[in-house]
Amino acid sequence: MNLGLGGMSASRGQADEEFFGSAYDQKVILRLLPYIKPFMPLVIASFVSMLIYTFTLVAVPWLIQWGIDNPIRDGLQTATDYKASASQAGEETNLTQLKELLSPHIKILNILFVVFIINAFTNWGTNYLQQYAMQRVGQGVLYRLRRALFGHVQKQSLSYFDKTEVGRLMSRVQGDVGQLQEFAALVVMSLGELLSLVGIVIALLVMDLELGLITMAVLPVLMTIMVIWQKYAKRSFSEIRTRIAIVNAAFNENISGVRVVQSLNRQQRNLEIFDEKNIAHRWSNVIAGRYAAGLLPAVDILTAVAIGLALYFGSKLVGLEEGQLLPGVLVAFVMYVQRFFDPIRNLTQQYTQLQRSMASGARIFDLMDREPELIDIEDAIDMPEIKGNIEFKNVRFKYVEGEDVLKGINLTMNAGETVAVVGPTGAGKTSIVSILSRFYPVKREEGAILIDGIDIRDVKRASVVSQMSMVLQEPYLFSGTVMENIKYNHVHVTDAKAISSAKVVGAHEFIMQLEGGYDTFLSERGANISLGQRQLISFARAIVDDPKILILDEATASIDSHTELVIQTALRKLLEGRTAIVIAHRLSTIRGADKIVVLESGEVAEEGNHQELMDKDGLYAHLYNMNFQSIEDL
Amino acid sequence: MQHILRIIKIALRYKYRLAFAYLSTIGAIAAYIFLPKLFGQAIDSVAEPILAGGKVETEILYPCILIILGLSVIRGGMSYFQTYLAETLSQYVSYDLRNSFYDHVQHQSFAFHDRHHTGNLMSRAITDVENIRMFINMGLVRAPYFIALFLIVAAILISMNWKLGLLSASFMPIVAIYTSSVRLKMRALWLLVQQKMAELSIILQENFSGQRVVKAFASEHHEEDKFEVKNSEVSNIYVEAEKLRASSMSFMLFTFMVAMALIIWYGGRQVMNGTMTPGELAAFVFYLQILALPVRMAGWVVNAYARAASAGERMFEILDAPSPVEERSNAVELENPQGHVKFENVSFAYDGGKPVLRNINLEAKPGEIVALVGPPGSGKSTIANLLPRFYDVSAGVIKVDGIDLREFTLQSLRKNIGMVQQEVFLFTTTLKENIKYGKENASDEQMENASSIAQLSDFIEGLEEGYDTYVGERGSTLSGGQRQRMSIARAILLDPPILILDDSTSSVDANTEDKIKAAMDNSMEGRTTFIIANRLSTVHRADKIVVLKDGRIIEEGSHDELLEKGGIYNEIYELQLRPQDELSSEVSK
Repeated sequence: MNLGLGGMSASRGQADEEFFGSAYDQKVILRLLPYIKPFMPLVIASFVSMLIYTFTLVAVPWLIQWGIDNPIRDGLQTATDYKASASQAGEETNLTQLKELLSPHIKILNILFVVFIINAFTNWGTNYLQQYAMQRVGQGVLYRLRRALFGHVQKQSLSYFDKTEVGRLMSRVQGDVGQLQEFAALVVMSLGELLSLVGIVIALLVMDLELGLITMAVLPVLMTIMVIWQKYAKRSFSEIRTRIAIVNAAFNENISGVRVVQSLNRQQRNLEIFDEKNIAHRWSNVIAGRYAAGLLPAVDILTAVAIGLALYFGSKLVGLEEGQLLPGVLVAFVMYVQRFFDPIRNLTQQYTQLQRSMASGARIFDLMDREPELIDIEDAIDMPEIKGNIEFKNVRFKYVEGEDVLKGINLTMNAGETVAVVGPTGAGKTSIVSILSRFYPVKREEGAILIDGIDIRDVKRASVVSQMSMVLQEPYLFSGTVMENIKYNHVHVTDAKAISSAKVVGAHEFIMQLEGGYDTFLSERGANISLGQRQLISFARAIVDDPKILILDEATASIDSHTELVIQTALRKLLEGRTAIVIAHRLSTIRGADKIVVLESGEVAEEGNHQELMDKDGLYAHLYNMNFQSIEDL
Repeated sequence: MQHILRIIKIALRYKYRLAFAYLSTIGAIAAYIFLPKLFGQAIDSVAEPILAGGKVETEILYPCILIILGLSVIRGGMSYFQTYLAETLSQYVSYDLRNSFYDHVQHQSFAFHDRHHTGNLMSRAITDVENIRMFINMGLVRAPYFIALFLIVAAILISMNWKLGLLSASFMPIVAIYTSSVRLKMRALWLLVQQKMAELSIILQENFSGQRVVKAFASEHHEEDKFEVKNSEVSNIYVEAEKLRASSMSFMLFTFMVAMALIIWYGGRQVMNGTMTPGELAAFVFYLQILALPVRMAGWVVNAYARAASAGERMFEILDAPSPVEERSNAVELENPQGHVKFENVSFAYDGGKPVLRNINLEAKPGEIVALVGPPGSGKSTIANLLPRFYDVSAGVIKVDGIDLREFTLQSLRKNIGMVQQEVFLFTTTLKENIKYGKENASDEQMENASSIAQLSDFIEGLEEGYDTYVGERGSTLSGGQRQRMSIARAILLDPPILILDDSTSSVDANTEDKIKAAMDNSMEGRTTFIIANRLSTVHRADKIVVLKDGRIIEEGSHDELLEKGGIYNEIYELQLRPQDELSSEVSK
C-alpha cells in the first residue's frame, strides 16, 4: 500500500533518499523516548500483557501433551487392562464398571478442559490488551511527533523554504512519520514474534533437552539460507520501490502537464516512454516474485526435516520408564516445530522495514535539530500599535554567503506615505520588503530596521507582522471557502467586514456571481477561479484587518488595467493614514507615489517624487522612457 | 460484481499463467492434506507398542518419515509455483491496467482534466491499481485455494470422526463470517483514515508552498490550529480501526483455543473408550491447525474483494468515460493550411455551467495578427482553447480554411496550431528536451534559433551545462519570465501556420518583451496569430483587436480605429498611459 507514495516527488529525489542504514539506531531511539514517556503506564501494561499472552500461546501444545500423557494415556491403559482382564475371564465388557474405573481420569480431563478454557480466555484478554495499548502508544507518539515537526517547520525562515522542495518537506512530515508508524506496528509484532520464539525454544528444551537440541539443528541451516536470501531479496525489493517511483513520477508529470502534451501532440511518444518504465517495473516485480516464492520450499522442507528428526530420534527416547519420553511429547514437538518457522521468517522480512524506519527517524530528527531562524529574543515585548514610520539603517543582506543583495540601504518612510520601489530585475526590491516582514533574519551587525523607532528584532515577530499586510505577485489562496480565504487568520473579523473588504477591492461583484457566493469552495490554490480573481481575493484578504503597513509586491501584474484602476482608486482611500510600500513595473502605478525609491544592484540610486526624478534624468527617467517607448512610438 | 468480472476478464488474458497457478494450487493441497495423517500414524506407531508394554521399532518409522519428507518437497515446489504465478499474474494485470489508464487519461479533453485533479487521478493509478492487483493475488488465485483447503480438511475431519469433526469444524464458518464483517467495518474506517490523511496532506502542501503568505500574515498559529484538528482526527480514527482489528484477531485466536480444548476433552474420552487412537487425536489437532489458515484468511479475502470492487468501479469509471472531444471516424488530415480561421456564431459553456462565450463571430485571414483583450473571465483564453479542440464548442462552428475543424484528425489539427499557454508547464528534464518537446527530431540548430527568438540564448549559453541543464521539478529552477520564454521557444520550434499566444509575456519585463516581439516579427510573417494580453504595448500592432466582455465581442478593429471610436479600448489605453492620480480623481467623480 505504501508503494511509491514517496514517488510523487521527482524520481531523482527519491533515489537519493533510498539508502540503507542500520536496523537499530541508538540516537533515533533515544530521541523518541521523550515522546514515549507520557505513555509509560500503557507501555508497561502492553508489555506485561504481551508476556502473559506469549505464555498462554506456548502453553497450548504443553497442555495437549500433558492431557495425552496423563489422563488420556492412563484412561486408555485402564480401559485396555480392564478389557484384557475381562476377555481373559470370558466376560462381556461391563460398561458401567468401565465408566466407574475411568471416572477419575475423566475428572482430570475435565479439570484440564477447564484449565484450557481459562488459558483461552486469558489469551483473549491479554492479546487484545497488548495490541490495543501498543497502538494507543504508537498513535499518541506519532500525533505528538507530527505536531512538533509541523510547529518546528513553521519557525524556519523563508530561506529554508527557498532551498527545500515542497515534495521533500511533505515526505518528511508524511512519508517519514508514516515509516515510523510502520515501525510502531513492527515493534509490537517483532517483540511478539521474538517472545514466542524464545518461549518455544524454552519449551522444547525443558520438555527434553536432547531432543530439543536435535530438532533445533535445522536452525543454523535456516539462518544461513535467510541471510543469503535477505541479501539478494533486499536489493530486489528496493529496486521495485525505485521503479514504481519512476512510473508514478512519469504519470504525475505527464498528467499535470497534459495540456501541453496534447497541444504538442506528444501522446504517442509519451505512452511509449511510459510503457518502457512500466515494463521495467513489472520486470523487477517478476524477479522479486521469484525471491519471495523461493523461500517457501526452503521453509517447507526444513520444517519436514525438523519434524522427521523429532519423530526419528524421539521414537528412540520414548518409553514408559523413568527418564524416558512419553508419546504426547512427540505431538507437542510437531506442534512447536510448525510454529517455529513463522516468527523467524517474519523477523527476517521485517529487517528491511526496520532499516527504513530508522533512516526515516534519523531524517526527522535532523530536521528537528535545525535551529529555528525566526525565534524572538528572550525578552521580546509586543509591538505597540504601529504609526508607520519606517527606517532602514545601513542594512546589508544576502541570501547566499558572498553574494550581497542589499549593500547598505538607508531609507526613511514616513507614516502615511505611499512609497514606490522601482528598479531593474535583481536590484533588491523584493528583498527590502522581505526583510521588513522578517521573512529572513538580518544579523545585528548588518544594520537595523526600525518601525516607529523600535528595532523590529527587539519585539515579537508576530506582533509586528500582524499589523502589516502584503499582496504578492502570485496570489496564493488556501483551499476553503471564499469567506475563509478573505478572513484567513483573522478569524475574529465579522462576515460584514470581510464583505466590505471585498467590495472595496472590487471583488464583491464576481464573488456574488459564483455559484455559492462567499461560501463557494475554492479548490486547491483557487484553481476554479481565474488568476485575476484570485488576486482580488488576496487584496481583500490583505486589508480585512486594517493593517497599519501595506506592502504590494508586483501585486497588479496579473490584473487587467481596468480592475487595477478600481483597486487603486479604492486603495487611495484605504491608504490614508497607512504607510504603503508598492513594488511595480507598471509606471502608471508608480507615478502617484509620495516617494519613489530607485534601486540599482542593492543600493539606493535615486529618491524623490516623479517630477523630481524626471528632472534629474537619471535611471528612473531612463526606465520610465523605456517602458513607454513601445506605445508612444505608434 | 460486474466490476469484479471485468477484472477477471483482464486476468484471463493470461489464461495459461492462471491455469498453471490453479494446477499448482491443487498439487499443493494434495501434498499438504496428507501430512497430519502421517504425523498421526507416526505417533501411533510409537505409542501403540509402548502402551502395549513393548519397545518401539524405529525402523517402522522410516517409510513414514520419508513420505513426509517427499510430500513436503512436492508441497514446497508447488507453493513456489503457486506464489510465483499468482504474483506475476497480478503484476501483468496491473501493468495492463496502468498502461490503459494512462493512455486513456492523456487523451481526455481539457474538460475532463478540469474536473479531475491530477492528485485524484494519481491516487487511482496508485491505490486502485494496487487494490486490483491484490485481488488477483488474494481473491482470484488464493481464495479458491483457501476454500478448497477448508472443505477438504473439514471433510477429512468428519470422515475420521463425525462427531468430533463437526464439533471442531462447525463454528469455523461463523468465525470466518464474523471476522469478514469486522474487516469490512475496518475497511470503512481505513477509507476514512485515508480521506483524513488526504486532507492533512492538503494542509501541509498548502502551508509549505504558501509559506510567503503564512509569514506575511504571521499566521503560523492559525496554521498550526488547522493542522492540529486534522492531526488528532487522523490519530483517533486510527486507534478506532486498530481497536476493531485487535478485537477480531484476539477473538479468532480464542476460538481456536476453545476448539483445541474441545478436541482434547471430547477426543480424550473417545481415546479412553477405544473409538479413537492417540495418533488420530493428534492428527485431529494437526488438522485443526491447517483449518486455522483459511479461517484466518477469510477476512483478508473478503477485504481484498471489497477493495477491488470499489477500486474497479473507480477505475472503470475513468476508463469508460468517453472523451467529450472525439475524433470523427471519417476524419481527414489537415495539411498545410493557409491559416484562415473563422468563428461562426460560437457559444460555449463549461460542463453545463453558465455560457462563457455567446455568439462569437470572428475571422482571422491568413497571416493576420488578431489580438484579444478584455477583463479576466471575459472568455479570451476560452477562444484560444477552442481552436485546437481542447474543448468542443457548445453551439456554432469554427472553420479552418473553410472547413469545420471537427472534420480533421486531432493530431493533424493540433500539429498545425502552436500554442503558448497562460500557465507554463515545463517537464523535469533538460532545457533541450523541453524546447524540443513537441518536435523531437528538430535539429540543434533549429532549437537554438527558436531559443534566440524567445531571447533565451544568452541565458542558456551562460549556464554551465548550457542546453543540457536540468530544470528542477516543473521548471522550478527558472524564473517566471524564463519559463514563459521556454514555452515560447517550444511553440516557435513547431513552426505552426497558426500560433496562439495566451498571455505569454506577462512575466517578461518590457525590455525583453520588445526584443521577443522584434525577433518574432520575422517568424510571424505568414502565420495567423492570436495574441491574448493585458498590456496594450503587446497588442497595439495587431491587424485586428477584439475586445471581449462577458463572453461577447463588444469592439473590433485596428488600434487606431478603436482609439477613434472612444469606447472601452480607448478607456483601457488611457488607463495604462496616464498618471494614476489624474485618472483616479476622474473615476471617483
